[in-house]
Amino acid sequence: MSEYKRVNELGSREAEQPNDEFSGPDVHGHFGRYGGVFVGETLIAAVEELDQVYTRMAADPAFWAEFDHDLKHYVGRPSPLYFAERLTKHYGGAKIMLKREDLNHTGAHKINNTIGQALLAKFMGKPRIIAETGAGQHGVASATIAARLGLECHVYMGAEDIKRQSANVYRMKLLGANVISVESGSRTLKDALNEALRDWATNVDNTYYIIGTVAGPSPYPRMVRDFQSVIGREARAQSLEQFGRLPDALVACVGGGSNAIGLFYPFLRDTEVAMYGVEAGGDGIETGRHAAPLSAGRPGVLHGNRTYLMSDEAGQILETHSVSAGLDYPGVGPEHSWLKDIGRVHYVDATDTEALTAFRDCTRMEGIIPALESSHAIAYAGKLAATMSPDQIIIVNLSGRGDKDIHTVAEIDGIKI
Amino acid sequence: MSRISETIASKQAQGKKVLIPYIVAGDPGLELTVPLMHALVASGADIIELGMPFSDPSSDGPVIQLGAERALRAGTTLKHIFAMVREFRQQDKDTPILLMGYLNPIETMGYEAFASEVSASGADGLLIVDLPTVECEEFFAAAHGHDLDTVFLVAPTTNENRLESICKHSTGYLYYVSLKGVTGAAISDHGEIRAKIAHLRTVTELPIIVGFGIKDAASALGMAAISDGVIVGSALVDKIGHLQAGKSYSNAQLVATVGVIGEIRSAIDAL
Ligand SMILES: Cc1ncc(COP(=O)(O)O)c(C=O)c1O
Repeated sequence: MSEYKRVNELGSREAEQPNDEFSGPDVHGHFGRYGGVFVGETLIAAVEELDQVYTRMAADPAFWAEFDHDLKHYVGRPSPLYFAERLTKHYGGAKIMLKREDLNHTGAHKINNTIGQALLAKFMGKPRIIAETGAGQHGVASATIAARLGLECHVYMGAEDIKRQSANVYRMKLLGANVISVESGSRTLKDALNEALRDWATNVDNTYYIIGTVAGPSPYPRMVRDFQSVIGREARAQSLEQFGRLPDALVACVGGGSNAIGLFYPFLRDTEVAMYGVEAGGDGIETGRHAAPLSAGRPGVLHGNRTYLMSDEAGQILETHSVSAGLDYPGVGPEHSWLKDIGRVHYVDATDTEALTAFRDCTRMEGIIPALESSHAIAYAGKLAATMSPDQIIIVNLSGRGDKDIHTVAEIDGIKI
Repeated sequence: MSRISETIASKQAQGKKVLIPYIVAGDPGLELTVPLMHALVASGADIIELGMPFSDPSSDGPVIQLGAERALRAGTTLKHIFAMVREFRQQDKDTPILLMGYLNPIETMGYEAFASEVSASGADGLLIVDLPTVECEEFFAAAHGHDLDTVFLVAPTTNENRLESICKHSTGYLYYVSLKGVTGAAISDHGEIRAKIAHLRTVTELPIIVGFGIKDAASALGMAAISDGVIVGSALVDKIGHLQAGKSYSNAQLVATVGVIGEIRSAIDAL
């Protein structure tokens, strides 16, 4: 164990962090050539203000004390690192350890981020919060925190997603949020983000925009990563405690990339830990019907940052496809683009079919219904485990629970519920 | 002096205000754009802002979003837009054209190749909505390497530091965004705009043209009175949206479609 104390874990909030390649982003929010601030002029001042406020707060132990307190008493952290024994046996190889973000209040990792950003909104005196959502998990997490703090909350959600995630829509409404159906473009998550940016530009004086993933203009990718890195910090300590060593591999699904970076970030300097980000392969990468910009996209600029995107040769953003609404996004957080280019993280994919199989496996063998997003991570971890030995350890981020997805799965099964 | 600067200077010399319509290239059909551009000039346009449609126009309101969707459905690409500018230039050597759009299609083509094509086609300047000056050096060098003007937006929220950088990188004119919001919203506070423009005059000699929220003769008059000119987008794109791709229109019909430009021209010329 002492061996690993030498490595100063990223996200540890200790004042002395070595300044190395993983210390990004730079002052303009760049991770290598990715990231930055690419928004209309009206929003620049708001983004700059947020950057200044967050930079100041992040240096204040009292801010983190309040954040940690909320995570413990409101969210229910730490989340367990659970040995999935039957899944391990089923896949036949490395030990599968599930990081149980599904057990968080509201049922996914998304709440970690909204707790942090809501503290900023409160500190900045913004009475109105807006959010975009795909699967509805971030919308629910935002509506939840808005209810708790007595803030007005408006959630933008693509009309297509409203159809496939109706339970979460109703949850948001119960929590007092106004859910706005976005009818423009492909009527999914990317369009909800566009609409939220338009709202922010219009109501910039009184509105705080809680982006739900590590995308958007700087400082969002860095800030959301910092809030989500509680996942990796805990997992790292839990692995040391349970096994006396670090895991051999980490696996997480990648939509915008927040649960993945949250798990990976505190391990980036531990070069012996392999990392796998699993994108949505949809009908299969070769069909073009997928949501895997890192596996099959090209660098470009969307939603405030430079990153890998799914766009055509004319630079228009392509429609994506995934059985899971939370992964149905043509971009990805800029830090992932950079981690791909430097080769620190492997980006792979799992198809709809593979994810659905993993969804059923996990449900039947562990008694845990995983989110369809997280099922992509389980699917890949299964394949990976089979190539490894039983004394090796894989930590899979079980980013959320699958209650929200039972309608989707039932429909695929031809059952009406 | 660039064609944009010359055009504005000559209006100013006559004591007149500059009128700039914005349309989306290829909206609603590829074949309609050049005839519409000529109709705009016939109706009194001094400069034309030609929008390059993008799938995710996050600074635009619903009207221009729909215009971009129509243009993309018609298959509009940058290549088509360069061809439109070329065709327009065969008949009109004087009216400056500013291409306005979002960064991703341009990055996909490459700044240098893009600037070179823009210049060769006969357009005069560029405005990239989601490219702030801190990120613009490579783009700026490519544009000016091909003698293109670079226009940037100034918003009500722009602070002093940013204003300095924007003025340093802007040529041709400054585009003052009249309101907090997206294109097509309504202007509410004339007093504030007047004060901002007065302040801008103390830090730059660039002409100041006001856009966003100008929809008719009355709103144009109010803004033209306190600036060097006005930009009209959504009100025009809304009308153009009623045309049908593939249908042929007479000149007179197109002039009628862009009638708001003629009305605004007469109104601001009476100032
Ligand atoms: C449970 C769950 N996992 C993962 C994601 C994908 O987001 P990210 O890649 O930012 O973690 C979502 C998004 O809605 C989600 O709800």
